[in-house]
Amino acid sequence: MPIKIEVNGKRYAVNYPPDTPLLYVLRDELQLSGTKYGCGEGQCGACTVLLGGAPRRSCQIPVSAAAGKPITTIEGLEKDGRLHPVQQAFLDAGAFQCAYCTSGMIMSSVGLLQTNANPSQAEVVQFLQGNVCRCGTHPRIMEAVRQAAKMIEERGR
Amino acid sequence: MSDITEKFVLEPERYEFRRAPMHQFDLARRDFFKILGAGIAVFAIAKEAGAAQETAPGHRSFHSEELPKDIDAWLHVGANGSITGFAGKAEIGQNIRTALAQSIADELRVPFESVRMVMADTALTPFDAGTFGSRTTPSMTPQLRRVASAARDLLIAAAAKEWNIAPAGLVAADAKVSDPASGRSLRYAELARGTTLAQSLPSEDPVTPAAQWTIAGKPIPKVDGRSFVTGRHQYTTDISLPGMLYGKVFRPPSFGATLISCDDSAARAMTGVIVVRDGEFVGVAGPSAREAERALNAIHAQWKEVPQISSKEIFSYLEQNATAKSDDRHRGQKGSVEDGLASAAHRLDATYNVAYIAHAPLEPRAAVAQWADGKLTVWTGTQRPFANRDELAAVFHIPESSVRVMVPDTGSAYGGKHTSDAAIEAARLARAAGHPVKVVWTREEEFTWAYFRPAGVIEVKSGISSDSALTAWEFHNYHSGSSGIETPYVVANQRTEYHAVPLILRSGSYRGLAATANHFARETHMDALAKVAKMDSFDFRMKNLSDARMRAVLEAAAKSFGWPRKKTQEGQGFGIACGNEKGSYVATCAEIAADKKSGEVRVVRLVEAFECGAIVNPDGLRNQVVGAMIQGLGGALFEAIGFENGRIKNPHFASYRVPRFRDVPEIEAILLDRKDIPSAGAGETPIMAVAPAVGNAIFDATGVRLNNLPMVPNGLRTA
Repeated sequence: MPIKIEVNGKRYAVNYPPDTPLLYVLRDELQLSGTKYGCGEGQCGACTVLLGGAPRRSCQIPVSAAAGKPITTIEGLEKDGRLHPVQQAFLDAGAFQCAYCTSGMIMSSVGLLQTNANPSQAEVVQFLQGNVCRCGTHPRIMEAVRQAAKMIEERGR
Repeated sequence: MSDITEKFVLEPERYEFRRAPMHQFDLARRDFFKILGAGIAVFAIAKEAGAAQETAPGHRSFHSEELPKDIDAWLHVGANGSITGFAGKAEIGQNIRTALAQSIADELRVPFESVRMVMADTALTPFDAGTFGSRTTPSMTPQLRRVASAARDLLIAAAAKEWNIAPAGLVAADAKVSDPASGRSLRYAELARGTTLAQSLPSEDPVTPAAQWTIAGKPIPKVDGRSFVTGRHQYTTDISLPGMLYGKVFRPPSFGATLISCDDSAARAMTGVIVVRDGEFVGVAGPSAREAERALNAIHAQWKEVPQISSKEIFSYLEQNATAKSDDRHRGQKGSVEDGLASAAHRLDATYNVAYIAHAPLEPRAAVAQWADGKLTVWTGTQRPFANRDELAAVFHIPESSVRVMVPDTGSAYGGKHTSDAAIEAARLARAAGHPVKVVWTREEEFTWAYFRPAGVIEVKSGISSDSALTAWEFHNYHSGSSGIETPYVVANQRTEYHAVPLILRSGSYRGLAATANHFARETHMDALAKVAKMDSFDFRMKNLSDARMRAVLEAAAKSFGWPRKKTQEGQGFGIACGNEKGSYVATCAEIAADKKSGEVRVVRLVEAFECGAIVNPDGLRNQVVGAMIQGLGGALFEAIGFENGRIKNPHFASYRVPRFRDVPEIEAILLDRKDIPSAGAGETPIMAVAPAVGNAIFDATGVRLNNLPMVPNGLRTA
């Protein structure tokens, strides 16, 4: 039985064992390689996607558990060539070095700002604690999230 | 420009350069390639084989292909006006793709946007020994500048010929050559059209001094930044080829274990799965990562394991097993340490230990390999594409010209991606499968089968006079390495020595090499000496320093930090440290808060001053400096690899703690721009003074002197 999932507004039927990590299906089957493998253990956040709007580690979600809930990956954020404010803020702040963590950082930040439009610094730290950046770009990532919050507020006006 | 051609000596702690590849096979062979299009091309012939001397020593030779051996950079001006720079360096997050393009644009007088870099592709770029040792900026940047400068001369000459006038008064700017006398101009694109002019560089070609840079020196954002925030950039791990299989390697249960028997029948019975056994190598490839994992789990084997020492015994082992004869290159002697110690008013001896740590790059080792007509193409995240190529050629018994290695901009490395393990594994599986194969190491493999920053023991003996001047300095490093081993302080009587010890864990380069360990020992020791002298730590250093650049970074850091500071809270402490290595200088001040009850140590603030000559890109530099400071906190406070019976005890991010958001203090980086000094690399030195600054702050707060890295893996609990 194929499993039906909805990713970035598109519906797919995939033939994978139900306990296959969503990450594998996204990357290997749907060729959505923006979502990264960093540890496969839910410890680094590189594979973060939005599942039903909430940030989740796709390496820890069996594909069967992702059925019926809309999934958003980094590829789904840009709309008509316009970057999502969080993407724009990361770009503006130069909040990356090797950038391998960037997709996960952005998806986590999008998730945060959806539930908390104006997070304090401590709340951002708390929320991103599970996302590893080995290059040490944390201060710029913090700054990017701050700027994104502002941008979202301005776009919303 | 002496530093372009200076002899590049490989540090002893680059152990991984001297080891044979992890796997060896018996095999077959074959052929070749070719390049470039119309336009103007200029080649930099490495003077006195300058950059070619950056050849790693080892068991096999490098570069034996049809490209001229002594070229180390080239540049192409296309008929459409596009400029392409070619360099064998790899982009691993240090932002050299941007910085190199800036220097070319600057020298050639073209807009930054018109320059594209082709990097780290053994078929398209000149030979390069690798992206390590902070060499890209001091060696590759001037080479590309010289090439660009020669191309500019060539374009001016072409315009002069076109107009039938002397080239002397012509001006190159804004991607065109102009004749101020007549007002005529020709765009580079027009001059390059229809020509296929190739020229090698004159031996000396003056380049634009830093004070006159217009594009270099500016904070230009990372090229292709948009492709990273949209997830579009394809790292090695993201590459997918038609018919590609997913490979996995069957690993031994412990280091050095040998295969007694192996039952792979269940794996072989799986549809679409291939199993490869070649000597000690056992691997599988399947149509999906999932199926490859299942096949791997279906293999059962018996191993013969060998007893080996654990992380508990490592430090005494290192001290007791130093090889009797250490290389003279790593021995320094001045005056008489014995006399210096005898005349000292105060003596201080101490021993410092540093643990093995892991690079843990977020993108694990990975490769995609494809065979066609006996030729091998590999995409892999490595800092040494040409060495990877040569190792692939050697293990598969084919000519180097039959192997092409390409490095997609990579998910970091920090000195950890010098070997060709994943490339060899993918290539071996692909050859058997008759399909392209991708191998991506798991996090556990990355933490276990990669190589580590070597552990080490450092012994220091020292003396100071009654007026707080150093009289003697004796410094021995066991195993961890010789980088940064020489003291920058003025001391007439000194002895420094590196003692090689046979490898225990697979070890090798790590950002800054042993300079981090040697700086930790030296700067901790200097702090302790300052206490003996009853002097302020900053004043004591300044008293014993004459190097103006070192004094300048110390002063800059101290000023921004507000040194000396008065304590305003319980558990507060301040520390300072400095250092220099690979042509750049660093000083770091730390403020920490120690909770005496819980033992928790929190770094509150770091201020670092860094000077690497003329700054090429202040934005990229700031990212590197701040990044090194944060990465340095990991090795300073809690990162350590535990091992026992040939097994890594903490091969996961859950058990190997790396710096996370909560660990990041308030950070200030002061970048001193010295336009009068040639640019040095900046990837490494900014990490070096972090650990001692923090340790000295912990002492200031608590009176506890921590001589071992990491300092507080379990909080402040001194035994």
